[in-house]
Amino acid sequence: MKSNPQTFLIALLLALVGVLLAWVFFGALTGYQGDRLATLALSRVPDSGVSHPVTSVLLNYRAHDTLMELAVLLAALLGIWSLGPAAAPYQPASLVLASLVGWVVPMLILVGGYLLWAGGHAPGGAFQAGALLGAAGVTLALSGKANAGLPGEPGLRVLAALGALIFALVGLALMGLGRGFLTYPPAIAKWLILLIETGATLSIGATLAAAFLGGLPVACAHPRTPFTLLRIRIVLPVARADTRT
Amino acid sequence: MSEAVLTQILYGGVGILLFLLGVWSFLIHAPLLRKLIALNVMGAGVFHLLVAVAYRGLQAPPDPVPHALVLTGIVVAVSATALALAFGRRLEREEPDDD
Repeated sequence: MKSNPQTFLIALLLALVGVLLAWVFFGALTGYQGDRLATLALSRVPDSGVSHPVTSVLLNYRAHDTLMELAVLLAALLGIWSLGPAAAPYQPASLVLASLVGWVVPMLILVGGYLLWAGGHAPGGAFQAGALLGAAGVTLALSGKANAGLPGEPGLRVLAALGALIFALVGLALMGLGRGFLTYPPAIAKWLILLIETGATLSIGATLAAAFLGGLPVACAHPRTPFTLLRIRIVLPVARADTRT
Repeated sequence: MSEAVLTQILYGGVGILLFLLGVWSFLIHAPLLRKLIALNVMGAGVFHLLVAVAYRGLQAPPDPVPHALVLTGIVVAVSATALALAFGRRLEREEPDDD
């Protein structure tokens, strides 16, 4: 980093932007004293099918936003896959770490399932549960599993698309029934939200774990044939040499 | 000034500061990894600001809308970071001598 007029100019401009942002923020907090969006959002929570306000915003009022977000996740994963194969796997864990992983991963999956269910009435939901599933995958990858516990390529593709797919299908089915896109009937809103969240959890977990691998997992980069095992043995040294350069 | 607004200004002010530090780092440092970290610091600042906006005092529940936006934003930030890292790795492989 050099100290030159350009650096000084950047600092000056940033200070100006900071003053502007602070002024706008202060105005937004103090300028208006009436009811805010929170009052409206909180008053309609009983109609949304779930009792936790954040979940009702995510899966009901702003369901479009969440659908788009799942699409962003999917697009990011496809981008990562298109950039090349995964890095070489880590070396297999030693006995102590392997047995620790054997305890931690089932716990993560269990807590993820709990958080998914708890999202209806308490802090939790698809994103937190999916993050835990993703963490389980990362743990497996760090302990030497080349595919982070993910299924083979066909299964992984289905899993990655599942969240957005279920979400869009529910929306389209509701449209077919004469309601708006993702306008749930209050009677079954809870079950529709749970269905969407379950798909989203699996998708988010699989996507995060697959994104951590940084490419199509080596073990699933080829179709499953009797020669799969043989191919892995051939592919791995090549991949290792590749990353060393 | 009420306690709630004071808390919001303190937390939101820190959010603005984090955002500015992120922009500064992003503009000043050349390596891709540092730019990526700077981008994430900027994002953390924005999340900070949104959580501050959601606060409505200890008695009232927080505004759920900004909270949901932050939750969405975190996942998008993580996936964007992963994609950017994959780009960086690919660039590294194409031009191994480049920094």
